[in-house]
Amino acid sequence: MTRNRVRGRLPVVLVLPAVIGLAFLLVPLAGLLIRTPWASLSTSLSAEVGEALRLSLICASLATVLCLFLGIPLAWLLARSGLPGRGFLRALVTVPLVLPPVVGGVALLLVLGRRGLIGEHLDAWFGISLPFTTAGVVVAEAFVAMPFLVISVEGALRAADPRYEEAAATLGASRWLTFRRVTLPSVLPGVVAGAVLCWARALGEFGATITFAGNFPGETTTMPLAVYLALETDPDAAIVLSIVLLLVSVGVLAGLRDRWISGPT
Amino acid sequence: MTLKADLRVTRGTFTLDLGLTIAPGEVVALLGPNGAGKSTALRALAGLLPLTSGHITVGESTWDGADAFLPAEKRPIGVVFQDYLLFAHMSALENVAFGLRSRGTRRHEARAEAARWLGRVGLDGYAQTKPRSLSGGQAQRVALARALATGPSLLLLDEPLAALDASTRLQVRSELGRHLADFGGHTLLVTHDPLDAMVLADRLMILEGGRAVQTGPPAEVARQPRTDYVANLVGLNFYRGTAAGTEAGLDGGGTFTIPRPVDGPVHVVFPPNAVSLHAERPGGSPRNVWPVTVDGIEQHAHTTRVRLDGAPNVLADITTATLADLRLRPGDALWAAVKATEVHVYPA
Repeated sequence: MTRNRVRGRLPVVLVLPAVIGLAFLLVPLAGLLIRTPWASLSTSLSAEVGEALRLSLICASLATVLCLFLGIPLAWLLARSGLPGRGFLRALVTVPLVLPPVVGGVALLLVLGRRGLIGEHLDAWFGISLPFTTAGVVVAEAFVAMPFLVISVEGALRAADPRYEEAAATLGASRWLTFRRVTLPSVLPGVVAGAVLCWARALGEFGATITFAGNFPGETTTMPLAVYLALETDPDAAIVLSIVLLLVSVGVLAGLRDRWISGPT
Repeated sequence: MTLKADLRVTRGTFTLDLGLTIAPGEVVALLGPNGAGKSTALRALAGLLPLTSGHITVGESTWDGADAFLPAEKRPIGVVFQDYLLFAHMSALENVAFGLRSRGTRRHEARAEAARWLGRVGLDGYAQTKPRSLSGGQAQRVALARALATGPSLLLLDEPLAALDASTRLQVRSELGRHLADFGGHTLLVTHDPLDAMVLADRLMILEGGRAVQTGPPAEVARQPRTDYVANLVGLNFYRGTAAGTEAGLDGGGTFTIPRPVDGPVHVVFPPNAVSLHAERPGGSPRNVWPVTVDGIEQHAHTTRVRLDGAPNVLADITTATLADLRLRPGDALWAAVKATEVHVYPA
């Protein structure tokens, strides 16, 4: 208030769009809450909802683990290796970010499908078939969500002072030990932030999942798919499913928020 | 096991070309202005930067050379970095134990040894403290313990006292001196602070523009500087000239009467407090006397330093009483006088 008196009124040109923007983000969520049939909420939480939720949480978590395993080393490679053409690689990594997820699903089908470039051999040699399975859901979610992790971790790595790694080297640490005991702990906030974004993205993933993994209740029907299907047959159920998904997402974000924004301890 | 190095590194337009020998137990200080190549030399010795050409050998083993390069993690070194670079997420004890653990010591042995080192640097009771809770002096001691704990053959100190405030510095410097005296390996101290170098080192190497311009024991370097940079560091008036008998003609103008007859190119030095200033031309005893004008006046702790233009330019330290007598102001014309016996002359 004091500052406003000193600096004058806030410019309407900025405030008005800001308020509209805020409303645009919050009103739909508020609408969801208002229209929720709270009274019949517990009866609407059928076994199918529980199953879809469980599947969603498991798949999103597995996808996040997969992304951590593959994404952190990839981020390290982009940030630290001095590899030629890193800029180009970085651009390629971000493609799934801007790619419509449905297109991603189609691409996954073409490569990992039963008659795909790699899928054919997976099926013939190992009897592994990913499409239309729970594993397929994890693959689709990881494909879409991994760039969030890579970008976040790479940013943290590039901001971290590489001289600490030099100090570790002068103390006799190999590059792997240095990565494990010095680099990774110092970028942990970035890793957590990336993992949260990655998990949230995987949890909400729809397009790639339905394209690559299909919609088989109990096996590949995750919450977003269940919401979409319920909307056509039973709108109230769709609202309940949405509310559950919203609560879970917000709950996890809130739970991780402190770790996410605070520095290393 | 003498360390012998011929460091040649080219980076862009800068070239480091430095021959270096360090005997076991010896502390060599690399002293020079910013950009002289001190850090480059240290990084090359640490194995963080490969040589363009030249070699580094310690006893029989080659660390860097035409067909061998030992990376940093394979060299028996300890480095104290300028801002210490303690690992923020580890306790002081874990920091000190890190090098031992990296080199394969078992966990409990490494921790016991690290605890001993913390005790040796006077940090008993700080084992579980995280670096951000340590004072500057404590962090410096943890860094020293971390560097020494692995029993390195070469200890590299990169401006180890630069990050400390003046009062801590004095104490940490004397402690560091004690640890260096106990250390049996080779020590290279990189600094731009002449006092650190003089107090801690057995031998100084002055580095300017990537080359060593002067090497010698601290006392000798302090008495007989060979470049303007060194003279400035040790606080002497310094001139190049050519002597014939007891007269020396200075390259920058002016002639000095010198105490002993010499012939040929010489360096002429005398301390600022050997200069006296007079409003009138002084007579009497044989002095070097020349007219000067005041260029600037700086107040130091107990003296006043006056910068004077003339042939030659000169720095004079005068007492506050003299300052009051002369009522000096920039632009004033004065006479500067230096006794011939105060002038130190040595071959260039």
